[in-house]
Amino acid sequence: MTVHIASTVHVGRHGDASDGALAEAVGGRLSRVDGPAKITGAARYAVEQQLEGLAYAVLVESTIASGKVRAIDTKAAGAAPGVLKVLTPDTIISLKGASDWFGTPPLHKTYCPLARDITFSGQHVAAVVADTFEQAVAAAALLKVSYDETPAIVDLSDGKAGDGIPIDAMTKEWGDAPAAFASAPVRICAAYNTPREYQAPMEPHGLIARWEGDHLTVWEPSQWLDGMARTYAEWFDIPFENVRLVSPYIGGGFGSKALALSHGAVAASAAKMLGRPVRLVMTRPQTFTGYGGRAATRQTVTIGAGHDGVIQSIVHRGVNETSMDGMWVEPLGSVTSIMYATPNFSSKQNVVRVNSVVPGAMRAPGENPSAFGIESAIDELAYEVGIDPLEIRLRNYAEQDPHAKKAWSTRQLREAFAAGAERFGWARRTPQPRSMRDGNQLIGWGVAAGTYPVRRAYGEAIVRILADGSVEVESSSIDMGQGTYTILAQTAAETVGVPADNVVVKLGDSRFPRAGVTGGSRLAGVMTGAVYKAATSALDQLVGLAISDQRSPFHALQANTLVVANGRIASPRGDGPDISIAELLKSVGRDHIEATGDTMPANSTAEDRYKNYTTIAMSVPHTEGDFSRHSWCAHFIEVRVDEDFGTVRVSRVVSALDSGRLYNPKLAESQWKGGIIMGIGQALLEEGIMDRRHGRIVNNNLADYLVPTNADIPDIEVISVGIPDLHSSVLGGKGVGELAIVGVAPAIANAVFHATGKRIRDLPITLEKLI
Amino acid sequence: MRDFSYFRASSLDAARQAAALPGTMLLAGGTTLIDLAKCGVAEPDTLVDITHLKGLDRIDVNERGATIGALAKMGHIADHADIKSRFPAISEALWQAASAQIRNMATIGGNLMQRTRCPYFRGPANFSACNKREPGSGCSAIGGVTRGHAVLGTSEACIAMYPGDLATALVAFDATVHLGERKLLVDDFFLLPGSTPDREHAIEPGEMITSIEIPSSAAAHRSTYLKIRDRQSYEFAAASAAVGIEFEADGRTIRDLRVALGGVATKPWRARAVEEALKGKVLEPETVRAASRLAVEGAVDHGANHYKIELAPRVVARAILKLGETA
Ligand SMILES: Cc1cc2nc3c(=O)[nH]c(=O)nc-3n(C[C@H](O)[C@H](O)[C@H](O)COP(=O)(O)OP(=O)(O)OC[C@H]3O[C@@H](n4cnc5c(N)ncnc54)[C@H](O)[C@@H]3O)c2cc1C
Ligand code: SF4
Repeated sequence: MTVHIASTVHVGRHGDASDGALAEAVGGRLSRVDGPAKITGAARYAVEQQLEGLAYAVLVESTIASGKVRAIDTKAAGAAPGVLKVLTPDTIISLKGASDWFGTPPLHKTYCPLARDITFSGQHVAAVVADTFEQAVAAAALLKVSYDETPAIVDLSDGKAGDGIPIDAMTKEWGDAPAAFASAPVRICAAYNTPREYQAPMEPHGLIARWEGDHLTVWEPSQWLDGMARTYAEWFDIPFENVRLVSPYIGGGFGSKALALSHGAVAASAAKMLGRPVRLVMTRPQTFTGYGGRAATRQTVTIGAGHDGVIQSIVHRGVNETSMDGMWVEPLGSVTSIMYATPNFSSKQNVVRVNSVVPGAMRAPGENPSAFGIESAIDELAYEVGIDPLEIRLRNYAEQDPHAKKAWSTRQLREAFAAGAERFGWARRTPQPRSMRDGNQLIGWGVAAGTYPVRRAYGEAIVRILADGSVEVESSSIDMGQGTYTILAQTAAETVGVPADNVVVKLGDSRFPRAGVTGGSRLAGVMTGAVYKAATSALDQLVGLAISDQRSPFHALQANTLVVANGRIASPRGDGPDISIAELLKSVGRDHIEATGDTMPANSTAEDRYKNYTTIAMSVPHTEGDFSRHSWCAHFIEVRVDEDFGTVRVSRVVSALDSGRLYNPKLAESQWKGGIIMGIGQALLEEGIMDRRHGRIVNNNLADYLVPTNADIPDIEVISVGIPDLHSSVLGGKGVGELAIVGVAPAIANAVFHATGKRIRDLPITLEKLI
Repeated sequence: MRDFSYFRASSLDAARQAAALPGTMLLAGGTTLIDLAKCGVAEPDTLVDITHLKGLDRIDVNERGATIGALAKMGHIADHADIKSRFPAISEALWQAASAQIRNMATIGGNLMQRTRCPYFRGPANFSACNKREPGSGCSAIGGVTRGHAVLGTSEACIAMYPGDLATALVAFDATVHLGERKLLVDDFFLLPGSTPDREHAIEPGEMITSIEIPSSAAAHRSTYLKIRDRQSYEFAAASAAVGIEFEADGRTIRDLRVALGGVATKPWRARAVEEALKGKVLEPETVRAASRLAVEGAVDHGANHYKIELAPRVVARAILKLGETA
């Protein structure tokens, strides 16, 4: 039996609305289906659950960066009104160590989320649980923690920091880069630094934990329900199935909500100890130390080239900070090694331990700072040899992956340069720095490219066709604003053949079919594939019933296929009945049809599946097989720099991006713009400012840690230059979420150089660097 | 839990009487006070809510000047047609301050009384030394993160910057603060830190700001407020200038000039030296730039805030020249 599916993958050039796809179909510009619930306040976020007997926990953090807790005087806090429990390392229940996100077993058998040994300022040392939030806050202020302080290594520039630990796995080398550099006619060498940056999601981290016997339910904003559920299960030594994570909406994560964190362990321990559900929400300042932001980085990029600007050698050295007892590697050579063709290349990276919380994932970890280095350096080379910055990028265009030595699955970067330059009017640029101005405003035009690998994994979904003809999709994947609810509704609607209005997508509950991490821009590709498979098999069943069930009005037709469209079933030639799905199900006496679909390899074991959904160990390498798979983009940015004040304002952005096929261009554009806006913040505003005497970030709130406001953001034009890439995903998409931030900061720094003649190699580009 | 009592004042006298008691604080829009309570800086025993007092939110503008009630909202004043036309710098200072939401809540009484953004002042849990919070405890800022701290009017005890925009415009135009019957020039209302940085205003227990009066002047009529910052909106000033100018009949010679600086000093900072240097002079870019340097005479930096000494005179000069262009 064959089933006809109106797939648009091969129909047009882009496979989306620009070829005429309907809003409801895959590739259509359907508005966010969760929009109305969020705008009206009907959407209930994790910690907004109203539970009987809820108690409130408040964290107490270390005020020193290095040393030991000598004593915690809990007397006053314990006696304060409403206090149920004061948790310290001595009183909290003991937990088991949990494996990391690769599934690597823990170093230590036990785990205590409250610290005795202090390795950074802002570390959780105690918690107070009370009947009300206010009581807990007041009592927490009464805890007296005394310390034996030892000298801290505050950051990468600390004299005590040293060179750090070489990370051999990051080394990438071919040819003889140092020798080729030494003999190159043109040589540039520069150091580029990025500071600590923070995800700063609107919704702070927090959770409600409730125990029923040895079953734990956690309502928590999560980018990865199954991964977090595994960690909770391991901590509390209960079966994975006993943990339920619920996370229907997430108020922004940007990488920071993928893992179960120590505050979660504290809340779940408190709930267990008290036999009551416990809510714990971090304060805004705590979100700066309760988990890691983007690690501060240092890179040196040396390029040897001919006078024609053709690169002969790149030598790259990178360093990122990590914590005293955790390991975070921010892969700084990731863009450096693939963006340009070079016969000789060397990249190495060290990691330096400082007294900080272990850094974490933040939108395009690795690629983002990496691009700041190489995309600034190539601009410096362009001025050195006197070649247009766009032209030099084309002269060094990598026709294949220079590192993996494989063909690109698709690389529409040349198209991106062409489309962006055209819309931006790049040809009108005058090359000299300080050559364009408007009164006191120096105008600069900069270009930079960005890229992000296509990370792939496997997903699972259930599709049900219900008695009323509507369709239900279930998956434990999540929607943190990127549009999962919407694109999965589109996928199911198109595949089954019903209007998108008739599809209800249920996400954010670990009881649903499983999904891996929502990170690395992989979810859309993974989950549209899984829903497509499940929906296809549900449709198969539906059509199968219609054809073969004796009670079906189609039975007499003896057809070997039927067409389902717009919620109705008919024969392809239209020579039989034409009835709704609901009527068919009624006629055959079924109240629903259900199909599970997954994209796991056929012979996968239960263990494989568990590993795939609860760790990242089974991610498929982007260079697997014959191809190297990446998304690509080119940013063209205009800045205006006030010559007296040094203030930089971005006045125009045109970005052309290749994310393959877009499942929903409206949502993809909005994610791209979000990435570009975040990139503007990174370039001009964002920086954790350290009091070096205390090893403490002092601008730990949203009045002082600046992210862009609407007034900082000009009109942003984004152009899709992608084409369906079936090597990257079932339906032809590549990654969307992280791509667009990559390359924004160097494009702005390059524009600032063009405007002012000053090369700023330390982010952010604040006014005192330019006056 | 830290209990406090809440009292809704029914009359001005009742409010003032209550406010005279130790541990009592007036509550207006709450945008500073609640924030400081959350940081653990303000720990009032009693809050006296004055927002229901009648008649204190009036904005009256006539030939002699403007009288603005203490409970008038920042947003209303910024949008007031007569304030915009006769005191443009006042309106501009207000709409460039804070965010739309805050301006809709915040009153100008509370606005004048806003406290410094010094992170050490705002972080008692982590930084015990702060002379402003705890007299005699020392100053955590000196030797620490000082990018936002003052370069003018500092003392060894405190280098905290006064962050308000409105008051900067008020000192430029000789506005007075009315504390019931008592009146003070805004310039005298704000105190230098000296050895008592905990005392910021010449206001006594039991006193309350009832209104602000801004006398009309030709300089106030031709005025502007220029605020420079890294972020285009919703950020305190890196440096700002309130400037008003009156020309002689030739339209080029400066008869009267008012200059005040924000974002760089421990209190709203009137730059009289700049005013004196330019009065009677013809407005020329070079003259203006040279005179503007006098704005930072005596400035002392603490490292990271050095840029303010460069920046502030440029802001002053730009503001003066901009007003000249419209002559
Ligand atoms: C994130 C943020 C950004 C900001 N940005 C800016 C900015 O860019 N520029 C700027 O100028 N301001 C800025 N502000 C400060 C803001 O303008 C003030 O918070 C606001 O004006 C205070 O007014 P309120 O009515 O809310 O005062 P409240 O918070 O109610 O009171 C503040 C203080 O004044 C006292 N008080 C109130 N009314 C009176 C009265 N009539 N007499 C005597 N004492 C009184 C209170 O007891 C309290 O101590 C910002 C504030 C925040 C939170
Ligand atoms: S500058 Fe003033 S407010 Fe800041 S810590 Fe020092 S004394 Fe306190």
